[in-house]
Amino acid sequence: MAEDKAPSIRQNDRSDALPDFRNLGVVARILLMVNAAALAAALVRAQRVAEIGSQFFQITFWVEPALFASLAALYAASAVLARLGYAWGFACALAIVAALTAAMATVQSLLGHNLDWPGLLVGVLLAVALAALMLEYFRVRSRAFSPALAEARLQALQARIRPHFLFNSLNAVLAIIRVDPKRAQDAIEDLADLFRSLLADDRQLIPMREEIALCRQYLNLEHLRLGERLQVHWSIDPEAENALVPPMLLQPLVENAVYHGIEPGLAAGAIEIRIGLDGDRLLVGLSNPYHPEHQHRQGNRMALANIRERLLLHFDVEAKLDTGIDGERYRIGMAMPYRRAP
Amino acid sequence: MTSLNQESAVTPLRVLIVDDEPPARARLRDLLDDCRAQVPNAIVGEAGSGLEGLDLLASNPADVALVDIHMPGMSGIEFARHLQLLEVPPAVIFVTAHDRYAVEAFEVNAVDYLLKPVRSGRIAAALKKAAAGPRLGREVFDRVDPHPRRFLSVNERGRLTLVPLAEVLYLKAELKYVTVRTREHEYLIEASLAQLEAEFAALLIRIHRNCLVARRLIRGFERLEGDVAEANWAVLIEGCQERLPVSRRQWAQVKALAKS
Repeated sequence: MAEDKAPSIRQNDRSDALPDFRNLGVVARILLMVNAAALAAALVRAQRVAEIGSQFFQITFWVEPALFASLAALYAASAVLARLGYAWGFACALAIVAALTAAMATVQSLLGHNLDWPGLLVGVLLAVALAALMLEYFRVRSRAFSPALAEARLQALQARIRPHFLFNSLNAVLAIIRVDPKRAQDAIEDLADLFRSLLADDRQLIPMREEIALCRQYLNLEHLRLGERLQVHWSIDPEAENALVPPMLLQPLVENAVYHGIEPGLAAGAIEIRIGLDGDRLLVGLSNPYHPEHQHRQGNRMALANIRERLLLHFDVEAKLDTGIDGERYRIGMAMPYRRAP
Repeated sequence: MTSLNQESAVTPLRVLIVDDEPPARARLRDLLDDCRAQVPNAIVGEAGSGLEGLDLLASNPADVALVDIHMPGMSGIEFARHLQLLEVPPAVIFVTAHDRYAVEAFEVNAVDYLLKPVRSGRIAAALKKAAAGPRLGREVFDRVDPHPRRFLSVNERGRLTLVPLAEVLYLKAELKYVTVRTREHEYLIEASLAQLEAEFAALLIRIHRNCLVARRLIRGFERLEGDVAEANWAVLIEGCQERLPVSRRQWAQVKALAKS
């Protein structure tokens, strides 16, 4: 029965995809696996322990140039391959590896004046086999993460829909319906948009611009309730608005900032949000007033853990999220690769 | 005679609204307007915090207080706990958007509450019940929220003054009162030192049969000359000239705290 229920969480609704050859984690895994394979081959070929080193050197002499050339080509062709669909992308990636292995080996042989055609053919076949094996590994790995992604999304949903926010907002809208029907309409529209995004079943990255718009709608609703007590200072690099980010990257953090930073304060408080670029890195910073006596309130850690998990799933080791208390303010900093939206 | 009787029959219920969010207060105001025909009522004041609410009550007595739970500075429940020091405290109806634990506690202790968004039918029923029903005692509100309060309430001739716990230097029991000492003032409250010790164990430490001291303000100890109040040592407190004797019984415990 358990198996019957599983598909209702649609985890196979997206076809397989090639790994992101521009991701540091993917590149590191490829380097590690190819060199491990070279070491394994050296172990097999060595007659004595003392020979392992020289055998490994001989093998890597042929392997490394082909490996680095292939990685560079795949890095360059990454976007094109991703657009081809899995089967064609898979074939093209293998073709790239085969062509470059052959080319590098030919150049090296010519430089050494000992062109060995049968040896070269075996080498190319081995390289293609290894590449196919690794692509399969990445496919299985991403499949394995799929349920995790679905699970993370469900958790995110629970963490995001804070009943406190929903009911208070509805109450505020009811309060202004009679005196300011226009504003009440706007508020209901914002609420509808917000919930549509909350409920969206989407693992694709979205432009930062959309996430910012969502945060603004959310903050409009909170302004309705909190009035002047809630102040928000944005500082956005226009270029950074084009960055691709996981959906709901910022909104849960802004909601936390309101809940933990503004609501417990008697006086007005400010939330500061900075979105900028540093070379090819997207930097997001957020800070709010810190109220130590309110730290027993739940919810913050859950949202943070969820965002950290989704960053890991999307960007592997290239993203990070730090939090800290700096005097009277609570700060969150995120950094991830800058990928421009098409 | 008849006219007098009629007047007393429609004496409106005096209502105080306490909520930190202006639209939430506006909503309650609208609903009280709407149900005025059913339950005659008059709004005696609107407060944005518990502290403001207590100020308002000093000059505008109310029969019923509609109190939001989730407020900055002081929670609605703590506000209700302090209210009980008044001679005739208003009946309290809590208003909450979503607070599972508080709602459970209200159910258990038969405390009235309304859920946001508040419905007009519910508010009329709650007002009728509050007007007719018996007042709940202080112990009920203490049970609803067993957390330590953030203020001590002092009743001075019918007016409540709140003293933030953060300002308290020490509490000293004297006959039937407890003296609350802050940097600038001294207040008398009617309370038991044992209860205060239990409630504020995280903030205060007992140094003597009759004295609790703010833990974080202890600066050191001084040897006493002779035998004063069964004590060899006295506590030095930041912001206070007095030397408070530490009883021999409490000495080991107090010294251990000072070391840590």
